[in-house]
Amino acid sequence: MAKEKQSFEDDLKRLQKIVEELSLGKLTLGESLKKYEEGIKLAQSCSSVLEEAQRKVELLMKKDGKYALGKLSEDIT
Amino acid sequence: MPPESKHIYTVSQITQEIETIFKNTFGLGIWVEGEVSNFRAAASGHFYFSLKDEKAILNAAMFSRVNREVKFKIEDGQKVICFGKIDVYGPRGQYQIIIEKIEPKGIGGRQLAFEQLKERLFKEGLFDPAHKKELPLMPFSLGIVTSETGAAIRDILGILKKGAPGVDVVIRSVRVQGEGAASEIASGIEELNEFSRQANLNAGGIPQNAGGKIDLIIVSRGGGSTEDLWAFNEEVVARAVYNSKVPIISAVGHQINTSLCDLVADIFVETPTAAAKIVVDKKNFLLAELANSRHELGMSISDIINSFKNEITRLKHSLKSPLDRLEEKEQFLDELSVALNNSARQLINITRERARSLIERLEALSPLAVLSRGYSLSVAVLDGAIVKDAARLKPKDKIKTILSKGAFISSVEEVIDG
Repeated sequence: MAKEKQSFEDDLKRLQKIVEELSLGKLTLGESLKKYEEGIKLAQSCSSVLEEAQRKVELLMKKDGKYALGKLSEDIT
Repeated sequence: MPPESKHIYTVSQITQEIETIFKNTFGLGIWVEGEVSNFRAAASGHFYFSLKDEKAILNAAMFSRVNREVKFKIEDGQKVICFGKIDVYGPRGQYQIIIEKIEPKGIGGRQLAFEQLKERLFKEGLFDPAHKKELPLMPFSLGIVTSETGAAIRDILGILKKGAPGVDVVIRSVRVQGEGAASEIASGIEELNEFSRQANLNAGGIPQNAGGKIDLIIVSRGGGSTEDLWAFNEEVVARAVYNSKVPIISAVGHQINTSLCDLVADIFVETPTAAAKIVVDKKNFLLAELANSRHELGMSISDIINSFKNEITRLKHSLKSPLDRLEEKEQFLDELSVALNNSARQLINITRERARSLIERLEALSPLAVLSRGYSLSVAVLDGAIVKDAARLKPKDKIKTILSKGAFISSVEEVIDG
């Protein structure tokens, strides 16, 4: 999922471009269908990234100049 | 009239006396209220100015040792209340107040200091909208600077869990009030920035996992008195917020006055809950947008398909339909059959013509025609055969002789060989 989160903004931009291109209707039927398929896939993957329900809640600590992530001392998640 | 006894002081002695009198009278220190004028800060760090009212003026000195504690900037025209001791300065023949404490009059000292700091930071451009960073489209990784045990973190995590449960949270726990809180908050902001930057670097600029990178920082604490929230008004916090590379939401609870932290932050909200809701709203907005994109894609593609369909229909129209072709052929066939009829009739006529001439020729050949020229034809009565050879006859045979007109029957008398 991390990878998709990373490319989320790019994916979203690409999707917006496809929506725009397709709305102009200047492509061949074959190209249109290809773009449509790609657009739907992007929309799907972006949505599923957003709907992801797993999270990490960690505490940032600095020891000897190095950062480490630790658990919360009290479970409030 | 001057008294008779003539005690003559030296200038130094009388100055000394005056000093003693002042000391005895005001020795423990006094409070004086007045307006600042002629303020100047000497190179030594000492402050020199006058306190005045409508009728009098009092020189004042404040040594660097004490003026370091002053939280506000002393300016001409300011009404102040000072505590100090009256001192006589012999070399100039002047008396002055040596100030140990100074407070602005009317407005709380800290409040004034705050107003002045605010103005200074404003002039420096710390609140400049141009400096404000845009929040990320979707903060998948959230840094939070607050107390790990406070109400704020519970509020934020609760809202996120319900509304955006996929958002990772990195908490940099700090004290949010009391001595040292401000510098802890400031370094919390700095450390989250540094941590995020390192995570980016470790992944060679193109991080493969979002684990370390921080998309957005919330600086927060729950509601409290102005006193409780004061740390968020400190310059060190304002500067840390200003210098943050990661966008910051300031959510310093429930107070009417905005804190410096609020003013510098890219966005500020009133409560920790509201800060978390921004994240949830972003998620929901994007989901709605994505649904809309899908819808638009669907509309577009069916428009495209329909327009191709229409094009096909148009082309179909411009092509002959098979039925049209059949009719065309039928018409051709009709034309052909008319032509055929004509030809047939012609053929019949020709044939008829030929037949007529043949009949004429045939008639010319008819024996009857010969008879009309005076010839006759005999047939044996017995078998009806035409008599061509006399040898076939014998006397007494009956023969029928056909003439051009009528016939007669005769009996053979004698056969004469040919």
